[in-house]
Amino acid sequence: MADTAASTDSGGEDVERRDFLVLAAGAMGVVGAASFIWPVVQSMNPSAEVLALSTVEVNLEPIEVGQAITIMWQGKPVFIRHRTADEIAKAADVQIADLRDPEGDADRAEKPEWLVMVGLCTHLGCIPLGQKSTDPQGEFGGWFCPCHGSHYDTAGRIRKGPAPRNLPVPPYAFIDDTKILIG
Amino acid sequence: MSTDPQWKNPVIRWVDDRLPIFTYMDHEYQQFPMPRNLNYFWNFGALASIVLVVMVVTGIMLAMQYTPHVDHAFESLERIRRDVNYGWLLQYIHMNGASMFFIVVYIHMFRGLYYGSYKAPRELLWMLGVVILLLMMATAFMGYVLPWGQMSYWGATVITNLFSAIPIVGDWVVTLLWGGFSVDNATLNRFFSLHYLMPFVLFAVVGLHVVALHVSKSNNPDGIEMQGPQDSVPFHPYFTAKDSVGIGVFLLFFAFFVFYAPNFFGEPDNYIEANPLQTPAHIVPEWYFLPFYAILRSVTFDVLFIPAKLMGVLLMFGSIMILFILPWLDTAKVRSARYRPIYKFVFWVFLFDCLVLGYCGAKPAEGWYLVLGQVATLYYFLHFLIVMPILGKIETPLPVPTSISQAVTGSGGGGAAGATAAKMEKS
Amino acid sequence: MRKAIITLISAVAFGVTGQAMAAGGVEIPKRDWSFQGIFGSYDRASAQRGFQVYQEVCAGCHSLNYIYYRNLMELGYSEAAVKAFAAESEVEDGPNDEGEMFMRPAVPSDRLVKPFPNAQAARASNGGALPPDLTLMVEARIGGPNYLYSLLTGYTDPPADVEVMEGMNYNAYFAGHQIAMAAPLSEDAVEYADGTKATVAQMAEDITVFLAWASEPNMEERKGMGMKVMLFLIVFCGLLIAVKRRVWADVH
Repeated sequence: MADTAASTDSGGEDVERRDFLVLAAGAMGVVGAASFIWPVVQSMNPSAEVLALSTVEVNLEPIEVGQAITIMWQGKPVFIRHRTADEIAKAADVQIADLRDPEGDADRAEKPEWLVMVGLCTHLGCIPLGQKSTDPQGEFGGWFCPCHGSHYDTAGRIRKGPAPRNLPVPPYAFIDDTKILIG
Repeated sequence: MSTDPQWKNPVIRWVDDRLPIFTYMDHEYQQFPMPRNLNYFWNFGALASIVLVVMVVTGIMLAMQYTPHVDHAFESLERIRRDVNYGWLLQYIHMNGASMFFIVVYIHMFRGLYYGSYKAPRELLWMLGVVILLLMMATAFMGYVLPWGQMSYWGATVITNLFSAIPIVGDWVVTLLWGGFSVDNATLNRFFSLHYLMPFVLFAVVGLHVVALHVSKSNNPDGIEMQGPQDSVPFHPYFTAKDSVGIGVFLLFFAFFVFYAPNFFGEPDNYIEANPLQTPAHIVPEWYFLPFYAILRSVTFDVLFIPAKLMGVLLMFGSIMILFILPWLDTAKVRSARYRPIYKFVFWVFLFDCLVLGYCGAKPAEGWYLVLGQVATLYYFLHFLIVMPILGKIETPLPVPTSISQAVTGSGGGGAAGATAAKMEKS
Repeated sequence: MRKAIITLISAVAFGVTGQAMAAGGVEIPKRDWSFQGIFGSYDRASAQRGFQVYQEVCAGCHSLNYIYYRNLMELGYSEAAVKAFAAESEVEDGPNDEGEMFMRPAVPSDRLVKPFPNAQAARASNGGALPPDLTLMVEARIGGPNYLYSLLTGYTDPPADVEVMEGMNYNAYFAGHQIAMAAPLSEDAVEYADGTKATVAQMAEDITVFLAWASEPNMEERKGMGMKVMLFLIVFCGLLIAVKRRVWADVH
């Protein structure tokens, strides 16, 4: 507060009253400004038509055992892999406690032969290689991120490299035996 | 009386020794002397800067959602209004904010005209203000094109075609502005780019306007300079408090339109997507351009060797350009209309004339409206070119108080006028 | 100088109403609408009936481009109802894995299916006249809902001295009185699910309410927020005036 204002004041009571008024007005000003900022910031969040498109249906029928497809969901690649019995066995045969991000294979795949996950490396968001049989699949036979060398196993779990977490599993549900709904 | 503050906080002192922003703020917005007799008309500068900030903030957010393409612009506006979180709010604030900006600035300007704020030593301050007005007009015009409604499209067509009145190079200039052979995608894209750029130029000029103001200090209702501390009060807390009242009341006014009459200033035709094959029955610009539009249309005959079309354009631009030389057209020694009885009357006539021009601008250019517009246009220029220079010479001003403090206490000199000043102060 | 404010404000109002008068030809009778006024809201039952009228009468020619099926939930339909309703229409999607475009049932995130693929097709089916999109019709016409209602109920026999052109129809409120659209509403043109008698006036009112909603679905949120903002600002202003008076007390 300016000293000019205080010095010209006559009584202490006056000063107190003014201070209260100024405080109240200031507080309301801050509340008002914040309530203006709220919608301004909110407008940057996903809009209604983006949210409405947040689910996608995938037909699993054409994916052969050992094959994988990549589909778009919310602007992100989703890996869907029809795993072989060998891959499932490899994924199950791991000491969970030794993992960086401990998660059992059964927790990551609703039906063991179908692995569905968001194909973005949890390090800095590159797309790991390993969807095509000709891709490098890393030391654990799953996926390998070429950006900074993260290795994922056949359950998409981080095993080596800088990434902190396993490849995330999106919410999905089986509509019937050959169709899933992601989102 | 203004002394450099001693900063106690070491961080502030460290920064201030190297970049004296704290001392600057203290000088310009704390201790800064303001005439103690200012009335609420001196709020409008602060209001204008508030609107500018609101426009820039909402504009940046809208630009994140807008698509500058002829096939998608209108649709993206509907997306903003329907699907973007609070998009409708941002769009209504921005849309009505343009009108608020002009209301505030026009009042600010007429206040300057009434109290002679453009007179020495504030000529440059005034001229920078006219530059701000021109930038605002250009920005508002280009912003109005972006929704790509019928009025957007045809307004853009009509206004850009003004430049075709330029002799010899006119058509070349218009093609250049369009980036094609009609208002089209290229035009929309450049208008979007410039609409985003201009407010920042505007900010810079507003900065100069404020610097110039802080050199010459505020004029006041009595139009006499401050002579010492008895005539002034420090900016803070007196004018922070008073400006805040103005801002509060203004926001109430603004909010009313945004929430309860968002389309009051708008045109229904702009809710129809632009159609280059069909002109709306009645093209009108936004209300703030109406007086200038009336001047443009008032020239229906060739003047000597100048074709009517060119003359209309010249007069329209001239009606603003003439404001640049106003400080030298006004020959009066006394600033404020408060002590100029004839000018006071002339001022109201001029204001009325501007309103008549606005009225004519909204009407079709035919019959009586045209004649009325022509008379009003003639008077507009007469006011500046004849009335102002002559009136300054022949008018006998009332006695002007010798100081602001004397005017405020209402003793001696301009007794009656001083009393009025004090009364207005309290209102 | 206080006069100046009043004059300027009235000048603004003056200018704008001036425009409205100049562009409209005929005086449009005013009606009361549930969505007007500061507390106004859309009458959901009426809007649902209006949607039925749109579906059964208007949708054959007029699109509703900016409305998605999901928006209909705001009118009080359940998600299941909207899904079922959307699935009745087909939209083009694709290309599929073979590179072909294909038709699939619409889902709530699709826009309402248009009656014609493009303006040319619409003109070709309507004797050269283009049925306008109706999403913004209430905002895009001077007079808004009153105009729409008047137009829909304004089909009359032409006065004796007026000759109606081939393919046109006489309407008391249309600019120029000759409109390509034949009277769209007739007594009992639809059978309302809620048993309301489908008179022309009733249907015109319902479709107007529905289209008013379509033109600005956020209106209720706007007015609700406005009330809070205005009350906040009034209190804030009072406080600021008190502060100002205190601060200035020693100067006066």
